[in-house]
Amino acid sequence: MALLQISEPGKSAVPHQHRLAVGIDLGTTNSLVATVRSGMSVVLHDEEGHALLPSVVHYLPSGVEVGYPAQAQQSHDPQNTIVSVKRFMGRGVHDIADIGHYPYRFVDAPGMLQLSTVAGIKSPVEISAEILKVLKARAEKSLGGELAGAVITVPAYFDDAQRQATKDAAKLAGLNVLRLLNEPTAAAVAYGLDNASEGVFVIYDLGGGTFDISILRLSKGVFEVLATNGDSALGGDDFDRRIFCWMLEKSQVSPIGPEDTRLLLTKAREAKEQLTDHAETRITCMLSNNELIDITLDSATFNELTQHLVSKTLAPTRKALRDAGIGIEDVQGVVMVGGSTRMPQIQHAVAEYFKQEPLTNLDPDKVVALGAAIQANVLAGNKNDNELLLLDVIPLSLGLETMGGLTEKVISRNSTIPVARAQEFTTFKDGQTAMSIHVVQGERELVSDCRSLARFELRGIPPMAAGAARIRVAFQVDADGLLSVSAREQTSGAEAHIVVKPSYGLSDDAITGMLQSSFSHAEEDKQARALREAQVEAERLLEAIGAALQHDGASLLDDAERNALEDKMTELRTAMTGSEVRAITASMEALNHASETFAGRRMDASIKQALTGHKLDEIKV
Amino acid sequence: MLDIHQNHFELFDLPTSFAIDRTLLDQSYRKVQSEVHPDRFAAASSSERLRSMQWATHANEAYQTLKSPVSRARYLLQLQGVDTQEETNTAMPADFLMQQMEWREAIDEARSALDISALEKLLLEMNREAVSQESELHAAIDEHRDYPRAAGIVRKLRFLDKVRDEIQQAILALED
Repeated sequence: MALLQISEPGKSAVPHQHRLAVGIDLGTTNSLVATVRSGMSVVLHDEEGHALLPSVVHYLPSGVEVGYPAQAQQSHDPQNTIVSVKRFMGRGVHDIADIGHYPYRFVDAPGMLQLSTVAGIKSPVEISAEILKVLKARAEKSLGGELAGAVITVPAYFDDAQRQATKDAAKLAGLNVLRLLNEPTAAAVAYGLDNASEGVFVIYDLGGGTFDISILRLSKGVFEVLATNGDSALGGDDFDRRIFCWMLEKSQVSPIGPEDTRLLLTKAREAKEQLTDHAETRITCMLSNNELIDITLDSATFNELTQHLVSKTLAPTRKALRDAGIGIEDVQGVVMVGGSTRMPQIQHAVAEYFKQEPLTNLDPDKVVALGAAIQANVLAGNKNDNELLLLDVIPLSLGLETMGGLTEKVISRNSTIPVARAQEFTTFKDGQTAMSIHVVQGERELVSDCRSLARFELRGIPPMAAGAARIRVAFQVDADGLLSVSAREQTSGAEAHIVVKPSYGLSDDAITGMLQSSFSHAEEDKQARALREAQVEAERLLEAIGAALQHDGASLLDDAERNALEDKMTELRTAMTGSEVRAITASMEALNHASETFAGRRMDASIKQALTGHKLDEIKV
Repeated sequence: MLDIHQNHFELFDLPTSFAIDRTLLDQSYRKVQSEVHPDRFAAASSSERLRSMQWATHANEAYQTLKSPVSRARYLLQLQGVDTQEETNTAMPADFLMQQMEWREAIDEARSALDISALEKLLLEMNREAVSQESELHAAIDEHRDYPRAAGIVRKLRFLDKVRDEIQQAILALED
């Protein structure tokens, strides 16, 4: 028998020049890392033999725990133990519907929200990077060398901001991202190669926090995504929450604190998992005030509690089928992905809808990571026969704001990427030298119903008669599904050019800054910085509302409304003199809330102004 | 060797005509993509990656243009130097306009009755009408080389597309 060759750590093994590449499933509840070893895709385990890494990060005054040790702290230190951080990626405080249910101290930052922890203020990008660092270390230890690159999966329904945030997190963790891959596509890769399937397949992916439905056509090594749809705020967590609410209602407990909330949510999840193969389950636990909860949940009640969640997955399913132009009878197979698809009521509903039993032969928790590893192996150049090609699509339409707050679609959803499209606009007024460009993502006609991705101004348009300038706005979406936008004035040779990144994404400088600050700041510094940041932000908010009041307060608000708003401002000023970050952010939120009506009226007024062409020297395209 | 100045038909090695072999188009498209797609260049230099993205974008654009009958006809007419005047020429035959009005009334009715299946039925009817217009296009372009007539049919199909969009929006709104 020939001796096995072992290469020096960090060096490629000659003669194969095999590059170490991994697939990472960065999940809401659990994360995994997998690689292709001797032609087989395998999930990598930690030293204790765990495949799953709970996506939980626990911050300590000095240091951080990730995974099982962090999960163990959930009930004891809920405010500093961040679970389901994926739900916050690329999201602002106002995007989180049930924000009151979370035990965290949220900080409303421009673009993406942040969380205040004992280790300082952390963005979802930084928290996700902690999870990725652990997976990277696990892979490098297990493979004996530095990684050449990684494929990271994202829900197909993730918008631009969420994708950008994911890529930033990987960068921050020191990973070279070969590609962001849609989770359902990864699942199909795992199934397609293993089972040599051909035809139209539906990927039904119900994870911890997101639901995705994808229609794919598989043929001779080409995976073509025909359509995707889903709900980025629907998943197993919602089923836990239903049980949690039922427990509160049933046991009539007094209002509970964050620690008990966390405990009960954990109990709810355990109960849900029990009901996968038991008809009923008993839930017992002791709250911090010594109140005892002891109730039994049967599967009939559970089904009833969650029926609306199950049917909520079928509406996006219908839409995706229609977009793909596919009838139920054309579907060759339905692949189940995500731990939540283990729930019997989900499997029944899917079987009933598609009139066939769904495929469950691969572990629904691992299938995404396994597929990502296969793709990573191809992208790293380890496979020379070029037999696999993925043609992916963008999940949501991209467009621009036009007059009156309407959306003009530039690239429609389900376009195959990479894709580019340009549209021409013109000026509205004589001598207009600037134009503001607002990039949005979504299917709705009103800009206010879509997600705002970026705003920028094109300046230096040579003064011309209205309608004479030709401004070409070009969109380019790359193979990761990330967008860049440029605008250019084309007449008279004058040219202005700008490329934007989505406003939720971090600039490379910001990432460098984060990397440095994690080394250079002592813990006290971080606390002080958090306070200072909150104060600065509060000042900024007060200034903004003060200026708005001075300008439009008299004409748009009556006395009572104005007094109510000014009361909230006084409250915030008082909070700012203290040292409680949380009190400041709470007052800021209250003030923000109180000023919503005023902001709405100001908006209406300025649109009217824009339409009549007075005063504003720039218009919205 | 690929050449960015080729017309879309040449890129996919197909005859420049309205009638198209869809299977051949799909095959050629996949063949081109497996050459140029960024996944083939993930580990390459940044300038190569940029080129690959430009090419893959171009191939996607060409494929989308040829795949849809309306955009394929518009593109063919453009190659012939014929403007389809979709924005400027809104004159339509009277019978087509009448039909339009009937459809819009039916949409409004179904919408206010919250009747999704009626809307879906209308959508199918639109699709059938589009298919019959498309066979007219084939005759006008490939057989008679009557480009002004073809441009008129493209304008009709554009109208139909708008109606289809409206129906789809209405279905979406009802489902929300």
